[in-house]
Amino acid sequence: MSSLTFEQLLFYGFSGLLIMSALMVVLGKNSVKSVLFLVLCFVASAGLWLLLRAEFLAVALVLVYVGAVMVLFLFVVMMLDVNFATKKAGFTKVLPLALIIALAFLALMKQFFNAEVFNQLPSAVSASDNVNNVEQLGLLLYTDYFYPFEIAAVILLVAMVAAISLTFRGKRNRKSQNIDKQVKVTKAERLRIISFEKEVNKEPKA
Amino acid sequence: MLDWLDEFIWILMKIGFILTPLILAVAYTTYAERKLIGYMQLRVGPNRVGPRGWLQPFADVIKLAMKEIVLPSGASKALFMLGPILFIGPSFAAWAVIPFDAGLVLADINVGIIFLLAMTSISVYGIIIAGWASNSKYAFLGALRSASQVISYELAMGFALVSVLMCANSMNLGVIVSEQSGSILDWYFIPLFPMLVVFWISGVAETNRAPFDLPEGESEIVAGFHVEYAGMAFALFFLAEYANMILVSVLTALLFFGGWLSPFQGIPFLDDITQWIPGTFWLLFKASFFLFGLLWLRATFPRYRYDQIMRLGWKVFIPVTLVWIVVLALFLKLQWWPFNG
Repeated sequence: MSSLTFEQLLFYGFSGLLIMSALMVVLGKNSVKSVLFLVLCFVASAGLWLLLRAEFLAVALVLVYVGAVMVLFLFVVMMLDVNFATKKAGFTKVLPLALIIALAFLALMKQFFNAEVFNQLPSAVSASDNVNNVEQLGLLLYTDYFYPFEIAAVILLVAMVAAISLTFRGKRNRKSQNIDKQVKVTKAERLRIISFEKEVNKEPKA
Repeated sequence: MLDWLDEFIWILMKIGFILTPLILAVAYTTYAERKLIGYMQLRVGPNRVGPRGWLQPFADVIKLAMKEIVLPSGASKALFMLGPILFIGPSFAAWAVIPFDAGLVLADINVGIIFLLAMTSISVYGIIIAGWASNSKYAFLGALRSASQVISYELAMGFALVSVLMCANSMNLGVIVSEQSGSILDWYFIPLFPMLVVFWISGVAETNRAPFDLPEGESEIVAGFHVEYAGMAFALFFLAEYANMILVSVLTALLFFGGWLSPFQGIPFLDDITQWIPGTFWLLFKASFFLFGLLWLRATFPRYRYDQIMRLGWKVFIPVTLVWIVVLALFLKLQWWPFNG
């Protein structure tokens, strides 16, 4: 027990949190809580990346996945009105199929972890202490990996344009406000000064 | 085994040194707000508790602490309690990377700016969870408004921060400030003036302050996402909002106005006779200027309409910042004024 360093303690803490929250994502009954546990998952794995000195990736994971992607997930899930009793009804029927898929994934993962890439990772990362993570990553992305990086960006852009064009239903004839017109409005357009004839009190004073 | 415990306790003490003044500052910001807006509206403001009302914040805290926390029926209890905690946690955690003077910072990390953005994006969860767990239509509408507003303006704010890190060549807040040293003309508010405006207005929108305080627009949705909260749970939301206001003010001072650097730097005589003033004073002096601006805005402008807020964020700020980043890159690459020295 005496050999437990602070770093190891953090590692086991984050790993435990990651596994527990990942289980809760799958086993939770309320879908909103599942999404929140998925968020916790990302935060825990960001902590693990931080322990690997990948500070930029860790914070970017929190920023992109937790801050943007999962918020949209949460929005959508909150809007859905899922009836959990009916969802559970077909559980035993699909269980064998689910088990087969799960086993297939396990086999695939085992195949991946046996690959060469995973065996050489640790030595490459913790080589020197004073490497500026951000600069290293930026240099690599914009020199060696320039084409893959830009192509990935273009693919994302295409996906975005496609999503917008799918939801765009053409110009509808609706009563919408023309903000430019509202901003440029002048006093003369809104206010009309009318002059009245002065009314004279004709009744004699008592 | 316990060699790290020393460091751990030391870090906890440092956190205490940052948080205690911060909470006091929050308390007196609420007082300053009520007093200032009072004078702006030709009223006196709170003046009953203590001399000239100086003890009003403590009276408020005691009142809130004594109140019962009411759990709405049908609310999800754990999430209801988690909401305020998730809202206040990030707004305190963000202070870890704020440098108060040269080297006077809790966590001197290389990704300071992104860390700040990540913290603001986590605090969105506090709002959404609070609104959802309350089991109330008004709270949920407020949460949706607030979340979409914070996400929208986070983009414009992020782009404004990108322009700062392009000038400083670093995401470390300490480096960003020391890159601005020289004289008042080296501060980033001169070359990055449009970005300063975008950052400042986005900051107001991010903190859900007037005129962008739609999440709690009382005329439409009572009090927004924290309508069901009472007592200390409400106090946490309140505390976090003011802590965020102070954070945005300090950030504006750090990123665009030279942080802890003296405004007299580089001026022969004045620089010498003001050497004794600590840098922290200058930082807080500049920050309080912007904090005053936030309160002033609230007293001056009526609330925006929801579609106007979204239009300003998406159709004005984001295109402007995107174009400006390209222009800035050109300036930096060709070393035009003011990047030629």
